[in-house]
Amino acid sequence: MSVFYFIAFLSILFSLLVIFAKNPVHSVLYLIITFFTFTIHYIILNAQFLAVVNFIVYMGAILVLFLFVLMMLNLNEDTEPTKSIYVKLAGIIGGGVLLVTLVGAIKLTAKSNPVVLQDVNLGSVQNLGKVLFNEFLLPFEVSSILLLSAMVGAVLLATKEGKPKATTV
Amino acid sequence: MEIADLIIKLVLVVVIFAISLVVAMYSTYAERKVAAFLQDRVGPNRAGPFGILQPMADGAKMFMKEEIIPTRASGFLFIVGPSLAIMTACIGSAVIPWGPQMQIGDRVIDLQVTDINVGILYIFGVVSLGVYGIMIGGWASNNKYSLLGAIRAASQNISYEISMGLSIIALLMLTGTLSLKEIAEQQHGWHWNVLTQPLGFLIFMVCAFAETNRSPFDLPECETELVGGYHTEYSSMKLGFYLFAEYINMFVSSAVMATLYWGGYNYPGMDWVAAHAGPTIAPIIGVVVLFAKIFAFIFFFMWVRWTIPRFRYDQLMHLGWKTLIPLAIANIVLTGIISTLIEKFA
Repeated sequence: MSVFYFIAFLSILFSLLVIFAKNPVHSVLYLIITFFTFTIHYIILNAQFLAVVNFIVYMGAILVLFLFVLMMLNLNEDTEPTKSIYVKLAGIIGGGVLLVTLVGAIKLTAKSNPVVLQDVNLGSVQNLGKVLFNEFLLPFEVSSILLLSAMVGAVLLATKEGKPKATTV
Repeated sequence: MEIADLIIKLVLVVVIFAISLVVAMYSTYAERKVAAFLQDRVGPNRAGPFGILQPMADGAKMFMKEEIIPTRASGFLFIVGPSLAIMTACIGSAVIPWGPQMQIGDRVIDLQVTDINVGILYIFGVVSLGVYGIMIGGWASNNKYSLLGAIRAASQNISYEISMGLSIIALLMLTGTLSLKEIAEQQHGWHWNVLTQPLGFLIFMVCAFAETNRSPFDLPECETELVGGYHTEYSSMKLGFYLFAEYINMFVSSAVMATLYWGGYNYPGMDWVAAHAGPTIAPIIGVVVLFAKIFAFIFFFMWVRWTIPRFRYDQLMHLGWKTLIPLAIANIVLTGIISTLIEKFA
């Protein structure tokens, strides 16, 4: 229990640092640590597979690409665009509204006990695979098609402009 | 009982840590000797007989050198880079089964630090984390060459991780488990996975070369284009950590390849040896066999480095995305078809 609160504290601390860091690269590095604390959360919940996948996919791949892009663009504190007061005000109001909505939604849902496990072996690879491919086969396949369509869309966007302008570039 | 187990694990951790450091240290010596042999030279021969003390001399030199941190570098991250590189290199060996269960007196000891049921994925995680050390160090140096090296390392690692993962999937379809201990046990005797997964092994090995940034994939530290690559600005032991991490990575990936595909600690005739040598000595022979395989792989790494020139960058990307990934997917499909046919008719 105390481990959970400690890790939860670290998660919130580092997520705040993501927002408050001036340098974009530092911000991404804090985001990496935040995702690492999420991995520890999964391990505490005995979801080893989810923990490792979170580790590989988010920390090992997606955030490497984030860092990659930021380093390519080489953004610094002084190149950060300064926004006008109206944009900032709109951001604050939008964020506040989102917060109210989230709090309202959370209050409506039934209380769960996240620290006490219902089924201890729920997170093991075997059980997860069986559940995914028996009970939730259709949602699983549909989400894979969703990912595929996103990939095809990305490839289309990347190649679309190249063809007509091929002679000029 | 509890405390004794804890002590055994602690001893095991320390021993594995020490072994990987010593192997990495003497890999630097072996690399020079192999290079000398392949180029018909003598190689290091001044420090001690046959130059056997050369790694000590190199280590002492690394510690004594002046430490330079560039003025415009971001100080903290400049130190984090090499630390992260060597840390991720060292933690990979935790899930490798170094030998079968060993019996001393009436106590049975697992020659493995921890057997988590997602062992392979753990190694993947560690490998994918390894690139952060290079990226952070390269960026923090505040040098264009370092930055280019870091960016190359990142894109190279991401590209080859995909085909590495796909080549493993075909292996998992046959073994049916993610635990390295069980995979090693399944390859008892001569039932090595390389016999059923030759293409998968080839893909995995090429990706291992790319993930460890070894030649012909050492584009991140390509001297002709990038001076020193991501460690251009590094000096003294921080540079030493980067170089050392490469050799530890080589050791760990050799161990992983030996365990996944070449039978790990298994060898033909091990049952006969186990019956004659007893439950204490036989596992030690298994460990020796595993290390022989690891050293053979390390030699292969060096042999390739001093034989093949490095790729051009577009060739590297072409190989990763347009050759290895389709090959790995074809390997998965083939494995699925053949194993289904065998199940149906045999």
